[in-house]
Amino acid sequence: MSLSSCLLLSAALFSVGVYGLLARRHLVAILLSIELMANAANVAFVAFGRFHGGTLGQTFTVFAIALTVAEVAVGLALAMLLFRRHGDTALAVATETKG
Amino acid sequence: MEAGGFALISVALLVSAIAVVRGRNLVHAVLWLGMTLLSTAALYAMLDASFVAGVQVLLYVGGVVTLMIFGVMITLHGDGKPPEIYVARDGAAAATALALFSAIAWAIEATPGLDASSAPAAVSIADVGRVILRDQLLAFETISMLLLAAIIGAIVVARRKDPGTRTSPSAALEAAARAAE
Repeated sequence: MSLSSCLLLSAALFSVGVYGLLARRHLVAILLSIELMANAANVAFVAFGRFHGGTLGQTFTVFAIALTVAEVAVGLALAMLLFRRHGDTALAVATETKG
Repeated sequence: MEAGGFALISVALLVSAIAVVRGRNLVHAVLWLGMTLLSTAALYAMLDASFVAGVQVLLYVGGVVTLMIFGVMITLHGDGKPPEIYVARDGAAAATALALFSAIAWAIEATPGLDASSAPAAVSIADVGRVILRDQLLAFETISMLLLAAIIGAIVVARRKDPGTRTSPSAALEAAARAAE
């Protein structure tokens, strides 16, 4: 287990998330892909903190996790609004930008 | 032993992540995301970051996955079945993801001195706590404001707007005054 292998794993996870982000059409499924990408970034943070010494890697990861929870709350509220308005959460139905 | 554990965790992470983005059932995808996040917690534990591993299990697996299940339940269609989440633009998305991965992998390989770091210093939970609550106190408090703003924003966005039945506080007061007269 070395830093570069951890970073490669993180890059692979991030790429899987990018694939999901581009391929999915359902808002909640897209949120899941964004979670994967944020998680991959956290892995890179912790790996750098572990192999180059220092607490900031772990500290930043804790903050990033809190940010992601906030993002999920707002994203799910948007999904609820979209569903209530159009009866569907496929992103193709969301064409207007006005509330 | 350590290399074997890392390989096992890597395989679990990648398989569950691919199941998250390829699965056809949204509920199953959410559960696979929980598996991914749990494997990540195991990876954090292997990287001597036990505090982050605990936060990961509590907030991500306990909080985010539960929220996501709620999100799936709220957006259920009338027949009560979980929605089919078809995969579209499959080839282009896979090509983009592969290109991104090769670019990052090339950058990792091309960076000198990544693995030649000095002997890592052990980071204790007490050190992490001191950094969070002393050196980065401003960022810590800002995060709490952000969480509050996100909660209020989520409530405002998701609130049911029903002008026919909902009465504003002032209208309710007026009605009460009229009733008293």
